[in-house]
Amino acid sequence: MYSQYKLQDDTGVLRETASQTAGPYVHIGLALEVAGFASRDDEIWENLAKEGAEGQHIELIGAVYDGNGDLVRDALIEIWQADSQGEYIAEFDNKKPFSGFGRSACATDGHYHFYTIKPGRVDFDHQKMAPHINVAVFARGINIHLQTRAYFDDEQEANSECPILSRIISPERQNTLIAVKEDTEEKPRYRFDIYLQGNNETVFFDF
Amino acid sequence: MSKSYPYFLARDRAWQPAQYTPRYKTSITRSPKQALVSIQRATPSERSGPVFSGLEIGPHDNDLLMNFRTDGVRPSLPIGERIVMHGRVIDQFGKPVPNTLVEMWQANAGGRYRHKKDGYLAPLDPNFGGVGRCITDTEGRYTFRTVRPGPYPWPNDINTWRPAHIHVSVMGPSISTRLITQMYFEGDPLIPLCPIVQVLKDPDAVETMIARLDMARSKSMDYLAYRFDIVVRGALQTYFEE
Repeated sequence: MYSQYKLQDDTGVLRETASQTAGPYVHIGLALEVAGFASRDDEIWENLAKEGAEGQHIELIGAVYDGNGDLVRDALIEIWQADSQGEYIAEFDNKKPFSGFGRSACATDGHYHFYTIKPGRVDFDHQKMAPHINVAVFARGINIHLQTRAYFDDEQEANSECPILSRIISPERQNTLIAVKEDTEEKPRYRFDIYLQGNNETVFFDF
Repeated sequence: MSKSYPYFLARDRAWQPAQYTPRYKTSITRSPKQALVSIQRATPSERSGPVFSGLEIGPHDNDLLMNFRTDGVRPSLPIGERIVMHGRVIDQFGKPVPNTLVEMWQANAGGRYRHKKDGYLAPLDPNFGGVGRCITDTEGRYTFRTVRPGPYPWPNDINTWRPAHIHVSVMGPSISTRLITQMYFEGDPLIPLCPIVQVLKDPDAVETMIARLDMARSKSMDYLAYRFDIVVRGALQTYFEE
């Protein structure tokens, strides 16, 4: 590295590269279709679960709001989740029925959409966490991405036992992490709106 | 049985930018007012992450001089300074991060993005798209070939210009190491003026984003090279399990 700068501490541990906002044109790099590009042969996008993927197929949908209550239409969302058995499958492969990672953008109808399966409970500390999806928010105006979790409102018992969810003292704050099941005639749909600031502000994590 | 995942060095939130940085105006309404909730001991959810070795990377995905050429009898090349941007992805202990996804996007030589929302009067280049991706090799190395992007104006203050920059996205071994940044070019006088760069309090943190001219890797009569190493959070060896 560049020795004239203090980019490591006294023991030689390097400093992490600094974060910057993804900016308004993040779609060019990470959501090509939204920017108006043709897709490459293989893209990372909204369909985590294809036909034949094990587990309950669901849609996760939501919008992102700023401190004025206005839609954040240039947000890019990434999710990471376990499979229906509560295991994380590292390998991303669009040819397989299920991958645990996906991306979506709020550009077209102001909402992100993921087509996935409901994750199983993940082991932690001889306990089981409630089913959840890890969510990261990138956008213009966000200097370092915001990290949160989407839980499910029809998993009340598991939610009440979750060692991470229960770390949040205020029940109202806990509620900001609960995706709400919507009535649909098709596959179950859960709404997880993200409030960046102010009333109902979503809980964001450091880890 | 649950798999074993590494723990990572804590992210230094004083080194990384704060969320509320009012000189960068958009951050004012897009920054949480509440404190982040710290997960003191990361769970498998944070310590795991996707591996993209199964993603099919096209032959020109890392070559922006070639991946958006206009079809025609005589396909042409983008206009601008031909450069190679290369470096290594390493962790805070200096260990290479192999087989990880590095993605980048940028404006063309005139500072214009190929995005329907960009209305800047500098023209698009018919042979330039501005997107690239690659997977690091076994030593953590990555390479892109492109043109040097131009600076451009943006509506923050009355007369605010972004320095030339390339947006860079890296996954690393877990979602804990996930990072999006911007690469700047050594010596650019717009760097100290930029409200987005200046969200960082520590001038040394700004240095982590500045690529160095690398004559050794430049090619005679062809392109200049810039070296940009990316440091992601260090993976800790687990010595003790309870």
